[in-house]
Amino acid sequence: MVFKAVMEPQPELPARLARDLDGSFEELVGTYQRLVFGLALRVVADRADAEEVAQDTFARAYWALAGYPAERVAAMRLRPWLARITLNLARNRLRRRPPPARPLEDGDGQPLALAAPAAAEPATVAERGQERERLVELLAALPRGYREAVVLRHVEGLPYAEVAEVLGRPVGTVKTHVHRGVRQLREQLAREERVPR
Amino acid sequence: MNRYHGNDDPDDGWRELAEGLHGLRAEPPPTLAPAVLERVGLADAFVTVDGPAGPLLVAYNGRGISATAPGTDEAGFAERFQDRFGRPLRPAGRPPARLVAQVERVLAPGRRGAEPRYDLRGTSEFERAVLAKAREIPRGQVRPYAWVAGELGRPAAVRAVGAALGRNPVPVLIPCHRVVGSDGRLTGYAWGVPYKRALLAAEGADPDELERLAHRGTRFFGSDTTHIYCYPTCAHARRVADRHLMTFRDAAQATGAGYRPCRVCRPA
Repeated sequence: MVFKAVMEPQPELPARLARDLDGSFEELVGTYQRLVFGLALRVVADRADAEEVAQDTFARAYWALAGYPAERVAAMRLRPWLARITLNLARNRLRRRPPPARPLEDGDGQPLALAAPAAAEPATVAERGQERERLVELLAALPRGYREAVVLRHVEGLPYAEVAEVLGRPVGTVKTHVHRGVRQLREQLAREERVPR
Repeated sequence: MNRYHGNDDPDDGWRELAEGLHGLRAEPPPTLAPAVLERVGLADAFVTVDGPAGPLLVAYNGRGISATAPGTDEAGFAERFQDRFGRPLRPAGRPPARLVAQVERVLAPGRRGAEPRYDLRGTSEFERAVLAKAREIPRGQVRPYAWVAGELGRPAAVRAVGAALGRNPVPVLIPCHRVVGSDGRLTGYAWGVPYKRALLAAEGADPDELERLAHRGTRFFGSDTTHIYCYPTCAHARRVADRHLMTFRDAAQATGAGYRPCRVCRPA
């Protein structure tokens, strides 16, 4: 239950973009920058990198929209489309980034899936406190497939059908990944309850 | 750390976790949207560079350099920019090194390399052709409006050429100042004739000499050894020794004397 998946915030925007891309593109950026930046941040775990990924995403979207015929733009489902571009660019950036000097390990001796998130997002961390920081770390340590599914579904609040579309997987698979990801997070948190850090 | 105490009560713990996850939604930095709009060419930033004849304001976006203006009147520049292009113009926080290097390369004598890209949206096809032709004129040289019109295959369009150059959105960088009156006089410049003279002088041309030639009615130079005639600022004309230098008031006079037009500056 919890947070209801939110519907597309601007259902008329594709039609406006089809009529006047330059006049409506700023609205697209304003509407989706939180999703695009937030998604990028959860994948690359670094604010500067995430901002670049978000910029690249919107630039790529602009040139794609500029090249599409108007009917195609008018029929677009912008949110999953932008989320997919973001995810692809964020994954590419992770691949290009040099790996951490020594492999990070969690309590079970399993290497973490990501570069050290501890050093990331200093401003946010300072503001929102330790629990948030810990959740960011745990999320970053999830296997990539689980992490992406959990972020799209529970951080960004996309409906399962859209999460499936973004990840290019069947809805059933995506649900399984979300549930497993959430279970891992809960187990991890429960373990820390018993053994305070 | 006792907030996630609900491991004995799945619903409670799950609610806490879900709230926590949703709370991880991140606010985008305020710099994101302006940077995106600038990159796709829906907004512009400007920097001030050292121009050949004083400071030069240079506006740009992700598509290229979109406008220039001599001087330091930033507010006036932004206002005219908004009026003409309908886009906001803001000062660049940190001048992009690559752009500044490209501008310096255009302005530096003798240096060659990639020219910057220009964003010439809002100009007509004819205007872009005129500007492209102006860019072919080498530093320190001048050609008349009629030459540009002739080169474009529209010899009657002299006034239209003048109007197109007057609307050059990136003066100084696209050298409309190298185009002069058909009688050779340094006429007509959006930023004033003194500034045009200063730009030409900075490139090594001699504005006073150009005006003197125009006043005397000298349109072309020729060499009595090669029997080729040129525009006076053509590099070939400048290599002719004084004792071999001939002057002509028009192409007919040169042709009548048995001279042919230079293939580089193409005076006819």
